[in-house]
Amino acid sequence: MSRLDTAQVRTVIYEGPGSLPLEANVRSQIMAALLEKGFAVTSLRDRRPVTALPRDFLLVLGRFVSEPPQFHSEVALRFQQIEGMDSGAVVKAAEELQANTGGVKAGAWKPWFPVIDYTRCTNCMQCLSFCLFDVYGVSAGGKIQVRNHDNCKTDCPACSRVCPEVAIMFPKYRHGPINGDQVSEDDMRREAMKVDISALLGGDIYSLLRDRSAKAKSRFSKERDDERALKERQNCLLKLQKEMDIPMEVLASLPSPEAIRAKAEQAAARVRDALTSNSSTPEAS
Amino acid sequence: MSAPPVRILYCHCAFARVVPTDVKSSVLATLAASGVEFEAVPDLCEMSARQDPRMAELASGPVRLAACYPRAVRGLFEAAGSPLPGSAQILNMRAEPAEKVAAALLTEE
Repeated sequence: MSRLDTAQVRTVIYEGPGSLPLEANVRSQIMAALLEKGFAVTSLRDRRPVTALPRDFLLVLGRFVSEPPQFHSEVALRFQQIEGMDSGAVVKAAEELQANTGGVKAGAWKPWFPVIDYTRCTNCMQCLSFCLFDVYGVSAGGKIQVRNHDNCKTDCPACSRVCPEVAIMFPKYRHGPINGDQVSEDDMRREAMKVDISALLGGDIYSLLRDRSAKAKSRFSKERDDERALKERQNCLLKLQKEMDIPMEVLASLPSPEAIRAKAEQAAARVRDALTSNSSTPEAS
Repeated sequence: MSAPPVRILYCHCAFARVVPTDVKSSVLATLAASGVEFEAVPDLCEMSARQDPRMAELASGPVRLAACYPRAVRGLFEAAGSPLPGSAQILNMRAEPAEKVAAALLTEE
């Protein structure tokens, strides 16, 4: 099960009938404290339904003056009297509910994954071919999509750099246009100059890694020069890190050359299947 | 029949330091002090990855969002299967000052 499929606790600050209003600064402090700990907050002044996943829990916070109000909700509810509580105590109550219900601790995963700008994407599948971690998949209609968000390697934007259309965004990246900022003429010129990753690195990334590894092995067997082989590999990885802003941890955890080759072949087959399917189903284009 | 009220959504981008802290704190404080109803979420990216059904609810009518780059925000909603309406107003806390974002969020109809 993906960590994204686990239950969450959501909070509601209720200030409608039956609950006294909070001071503005108290409301703000409680909200900020809950958000910092990863709890969503709905500021509510009536009893409209609050949407949540059936597996989630709602913690309704208020300065209740009598019995808690009746809410229409399809998820489990708990009411928490917060009269006299500071923001730390409110967060603690939310965390206790989270612990008691087996809810996932918010923030355990930095939400780092690619977001496709379908207004730019041409469905070329280069991202699917490139990614070694099965982040991408193809929909039933033959459209590229992000399938396994939490397989993505935190802080690694490499696939966005192989996209010829600047269509892959990482909203938490530092710089545009990968962070979602507008794509400028300069960005497009850079893409055109880049042509493809082969030109950038003197061979596609898989073959580059394979070749370097093979050379290193060969050198090791012939010369027994493990230091030189290691230096060669480090140079290769540093070049990748510099050119593509790939974290060293990701490069250091790459699969073996054999596994990379197998992955590349599998990806190529998936791309072929998808593109063949698309060419025979016009609605998928 | 009157138009549905505009929903207000604030994203705290809690799990990364890409939105300036002073900007998001100021926007949240202004919203909280205004007395309007609104939704505050720790992180829209995480909601998108979880395919959170509230994204469909938020995208179902007029909405104003304080988050980050509009292209990214629209992509996040689309990835969750709930594209934002074209009329959605997305305010960028990474690039705009807090006062401008808060004023736009709280603009009267």
